[in-house]
Amino acid sequence: MLLALKDIRKSFQSAGAEVPVLGGVSLTLDTGETLALTGESGSGKSTLLHLIAGLDAPDAGAIVIDGTDITTLPDAARAELRRGSVGLVFQQFNLIPSLSIGANLSFQARLAGREDPGWTEELVARLGLSGLLHRYPEHLSGGQQQRVAIGRTLAARPKLVLADEPTGNLDEATGDAVIALMRDLVTQTGAGFLMVTHSNRLADRMARRVHLSAGRIAE
Amino acid sequence: MNVKALIICLFLAGPAWAQGFAGLGTEADGFAVPARGLAFDFPADHGPHPTYRIEWWYLTATLTGADGRDYGVQWTLFRSALAPEERAGWSSPQIWLGHAGLTTPEQHFVAERLARGGVGQAGVTASPFHAWIDDWAMQGPDLARRVQVSATGADFAYDLSLTADHPIVPHGDEGYSVKSAAGQASYYYSQPFYEVTGTLSLPDGPMVVTGQAWLDREWSSQPLADDQLGWDWFSLSLEDGSRVMAFQLRQTDGRSYTSGTWITEDGSPTPLPDGAIAFTPLALSDVAGREIPTAWRVSIPSKGLEVDTTPLNTQSWMDTLFPYWEGPIRFSGTHQGRGYLEMTGYE
Amino acid sequence: MMWRTALSALLSHWRYRPVQLATLLIGLAVATALWSGVQAINAEARASYDRAAAVLGQDRLDSLVPRAGNDLSQDSYIALRRAGWQVSPVVEGSIRVGDLRLRILGIDPVTTPPQAALGAFEGGDGLYPFITPPGLAFTSAETARQIADATTALPPLRVQDDLAPGVVVMDIGIAQRLLGMDGRVSRLLLHPDQPLGRASLTDIAPDLQQRSPQAENDLARLTDSFHLNLTAFGLLSFAVGLFIVHAAIGLAFEQRRAMFRTLRALGVPVGTLIALLAAELLILAGLAGVIGVALGYLVASVLLPDVAASLRGLYGAQVSGVLTLNPAWWLSGLAIAIVGAGVAAASSLWRAARMPLLAPAQPRAWARVSERRMTMQAVAALLLWAGGGLAAWLGSGLIAGFALMGGLLLGAALMLPPILSLLLIAGERLARAALWQWFWADTRQQLPGLSLALMALLLALAANIGVGTMVSSFRTTFTGWLDQRLAAELYITAESEAQWQDISPLIANRSDRILPIWNTEITVRGAPVTLYGIADDATYRDNWPLLSQAADPWDQVALGTGAMINEQLARRQGFTVGEEITLLPGWTFQIVGVYSDYGNPTGQILINLPQLTARFPDVERLRYAVRMAPEGVAPLMAELQSRGLTERNMIDQAALKAFSVSVFERTFAVTAALNVLTLGVAAIAMLTSLLTLSSMRLPQLAPLWAMGLTRRRLAVLDLARTLLLALMTMIAALPVGLALAWVLLAVVNVEAFGWRLPMDLFPADWLRLGGLALLAAGIAAALPVRRLATINPADLVRVFAHER
Repeated sequence: MLLALKDIRKSFQSAGAEVPVLGGVSLTLDTGETLALTGESGSGKSTLLHLIAGLDAPDAGAIVIDGTDITTLPDAARAELRRGSVGLVFQQFNLIPSLSIGANLSFQARLAGREDPGWTEELVARLGLSGLLHRYPEHLSGGQQQRVAIGRTLAARPKLVLADEPTGNLDEATGDAVIALMRDLVTQTGAGFLMVTHSNRLADRMARRVHLSAGRIAE
Repeated sequence: MNVKALIICLFLAGPAWAQGFAGLGTEADGFAVPARGLAFDFPADHGPHPTYRIEWWYLTATLTGADGRDYGVQWTLFRSALAPEERAGWSSPQIWLGHAGLTTPEQHFVAERLARGGVGQAGVTASPFHAWIDDWAMQGPDLARRVQVSATGADFAYDLSLTADHPIVPHGDEGYSVKSAAGQASYYYSQPFYEVTGTLSLPDGPMVVTGQAWLDREWSSQPLADDQLGWDWFSLSLEDGSRVMAFQLRQTDGRSYTSGTWITEDGSPTPLPDGAIAFTPLALSDVAGREIPTAWRVSIPSKGLEVDTTPLNTQSWMDTLFPYWEGPIRFSGTHQGRGYLEMTGYE
Repeated sequence: MMWRTALSALLSHWRYRPVQLATLLIGLAVATALWSGVQAINAEARASYDRAAAVLGQDRLDSLVPRAGNDLSQDSYIALRRAGWQVSPVVEGSIRVGDLRLRILGIDPVTTPPQAALGAFEGGDGLYPFITPPGLAFTSAETARQIADATTALPPLRVQDDLAPGVVVMDIGIAQRLLGMDGRVSRLLLHPDQPLGRASLTDIAPDLQQRSPQAENDLARLTDSFHLNLTAFGLLSFAVGLFIVHAAIGLAFEQRRAMFRTLRALGVPVGTLIALLAAELLILAGLAGVIGVALGYLVASVLLPDVAASLRGLYGAQVSGVLTLNPAWWLSGLAIAIVGAGVAAASSLWRAARMPLLAPAQPRAWARVSERRMTMQAVAALLLWAGGGLAAWLGSGLIAGFALMGGLLLGAALMLPPILSLLLIAGERLARAALWQWFWADTRQQLPGLSLALMALLLALAANIGVGTMVSSFRTTFTGWLDQRLAAELYITAESEAQWQDISPLIANRSDRILPIWNTEITVRGAPVTLYGIADDATYRDNWPLLSQAADPWDQVALGTGAMINEQLARRQGFTVGEEITLLPGWTFQIVGVYSDYGNPTGQILINLPQLTARFPDVERLRYAVRMAPEGVAPLMAELQSRGLTERNMIDQAALKAFSVSVFERTFAVTAALNVLTLGVAAIAMLTSLLTLSSMRLPQLAPLWAMGLTRRRLAVLDLARTLLLALMTMIAALPVGLALAWVLLAVVNVEAFGWRLPMDLFPADWLRLGGLALLAAGIAAALPVRRLATINPADLVRVFAHER
């Protein structure tokens, strides 16, 4: 089991009142599995993704990644987990504007200490970025930037790829192509792939699908 | 703050210039006091008397120009002592003040000079007679008979030759002139009989003049009483050759102390006691921002004189450190003639 | 209604950002304070010079002065008066009371022209006590206080407040006696109104000439450079302060972009919005201006005594140590605050005015370093350097020196970002690890946002190094010179000649030689000069530091034909060795040597002792230098004290050196204080820039955090980045500062102080300053770094939220 969520609960403080966002979510994901997490705006799907990535901590429950419950880990260890085992793809791409595309692509792999030039080269070719390596993020289109972000994540060969509306900022045709490419590449690395989306059409591209409604799984 | 104010500050704080015109203070403070019955000693008495607080050589001239118009000239040297002594050099306590005036029907020119004693900038020697301040001088072999008088200002100058064949005329009691009922007095004599020839330098050019002049010499230490505000002083030259000196000292209670001398054609004086002369203002003029009576009726019933005076120029204002009115007049009535009027103490 | 609603919306921003508001106000207030503080000091000094110049209307009245020599006969004065010339005599001279040089003015109050504006002389007791011995001496309250306890030959003192400090006015007769000038007059004041037909000057007094009022008095000209220095410092501080304000206003505008958009969407016209922003700015600037001017007053009143001491020490200029309030100064302080805020906000206002209605409301990320802009800046810097160099080459004097300095500093500031950018690119190239590669690239990306603050830091550091080097060079030279100059082991001042007779046998017994140091004050070419008579002794031959000399100079002095003059007199009056110098009419010496005489404001002349005593038989014979074994000094002093000689009147070499050095230190205390203040302002600029950047950097840092870098690590890297930039700026500032020091020593100093100094280098000072710069940068970075290290992860997560 690559990822196991056990009864995750999370509330936020808002205007002095406790607003429950996640009300006991349990979920599993195996290596090589692709899972779409769908739900309406405010259903808590992004929050769940942030919790899995270790960006935030749940109020209750356990998040076990590769046999380690990350909810009990200190900040530094969770950072190391993000650096080594988890790859994140955001809606906003979040490339590093000061680094060239080439540097951005290899950045996380080098941070994690496992740069694989062959694999990076393949990714560049597969993602169609060959001519862009010396450019800077601000010169690229949205679709190109997202492909760089995907390449950056996959170049580090994470065990678990998390994507949060990765095509939210792209038009439909570009988005579909990016998702297809991403799914294929993730599958090729053998990582688990969890994608948050509100689009049923995109969710259908994944092997499994879980619907989140009002903070609970409604499978 | 200009130096005028500075000097006023310095002077006013001192005892000598505390009140009234040209430092006619009321306290003697160690200064010599005039005494009755002391005959004049000429020519020595033409010279300065440093142990007295205040002294002047005061000349007024009524002149007629080659153009037939009237002119008036004043030349005055004041001596004011800060202490009743003379010392050489800068520590001399004698201060000298020169006033020159030149009056035409339309204009009145004024100049003023200040000097310290002891350094030679100003002074008076009795014989040969020489009174000077800067380049102004009254100089002659004998003050009583023949002197040359000159002064220059920024916009005028004059140079006059004076001769007289009459003797000096003492006022009051052989020169002891009482100035108030309380007994303040001064030594006072005149030479009212000068004949004048000379030249005036005016902005329009030089003007040759002839006429008559009157010299007053006076020194004292406390001539004004506490209740006296100022004076109106007349010198009148009558057409018959007589001369009249008449003044009143105005008092705070509205009354006045009068005094005068009737001088006959041959120069013999008759003192006119308090109350013998009546002074009546006839017209006021607006002069330097104040109302001043520039036309007068002067009556001396005992001498059968009643004249009305009119000034040559109502604006004969001496805008000096201590300002006053001084200018030539004409008069008519029982007598006719020309003269000079001096008025002080008008606020 | 719309106005009020919209304005209150805009102002509400500050309620939620009190730190930002404080930054803006502090920046503007500090800038205004330093500027107006310096202005206040300058104004006070200038007012003092003007008062000094206006004494006796020297600034308005013509005077008559002798064609040759220093004074004229009183008889000439009387002759002129008697010829109708309206002139008033003035006797001038100086006397020393303790270490204070008093300017004595003897006047004749009776003839002084009204334009002489002497003041009211209140408290006088009339003319009589003023003009008759002992007379009265009028002086300012400050001077009266300084000499109150001293025994002087002065007449009883009276305080006259509008007199310039150091000036003592008395009657001419009293002054003549005090100065030994009986029958002599220094000059004659000419009344503007002169009578008709007076004789010509050549007929009355052919030895006199008419001199026009000096349009600009010497003191003002002499001290111009000093004030220019202060003004430059003030301007520098103000510019640095404006960097702060610029940063704070820029941040506030960026953060309110959403609000601007909303306000405009709700129907507020863009013109109204800009007007409201301007009004807001005016309110804040007015507030900051008032605080700043008040602070400036504080700065000025703290620094003024030192400035006064400096001016006295350097030029003998008497400046009141008391600050007077001037409404114009308050208003100009406010105005400069408002204008400064306007300048600092101009670009933000411009942006707000041109912002499209539907612009993205999020803060604009800092643009990547534009190579074009860097190139342009580099070209501009080169042009400035060339211009400064050209000005120095073609021009001459102080103005050229300052042009060179301005070009140098401005060019260096402009050159800094391109150079830093190049260095950072090199760093990025050399970096192996991804993190370091990012570090260098990211640092370069911060450069545009930080460059203003870094330029400010560069200017502050360069000024520090430059002025520091100058002062230290000066100090080294000065102390070295002191060692030479103060050769005698003990200096004695007897209270009376009788006392000297009493103690001299004892001293003679214990010492090798006793050297009289007798002096008197004279005037040479209108300037006061101290004339010393010295004995022919090896002390002088061996130790006196001569800058230039004739053959066998000391022999010629001993013969009574030669005189030595100090560097100040030589430079000011253009005397050189071999020329003749006339001390009194008919008393002429050959100049056989010029000696350095640092720290002495006035000219000095050395002649043989017998010459002095022959000409001035009444000279006070009270001061002596004693050559003896150093170990004997203390016992001798103790014994002399028991003989009634007060401690004050015995100065051993060490104490005199300490005193001289302390005078020197005071002279440059102001410079040091302003240095520190400028550096402080640069640090504040850095802080505000970093604060501005830190809130905009969150979107850039969050992905790194998401990729597994801890907040702590990111914070440490941010701190390192700031320190790195500060260090690089410090290194860049070093050559700039040294160039500045050279300009100061070789160009400005010669013009301003009248002496040239060798330049010494003080690497230890640079290390200290480098440490200080890093400390300042570290302190400036501490707040944003701490914020980053402890930021709530939720704030970072929010970056990834969809609805932004």
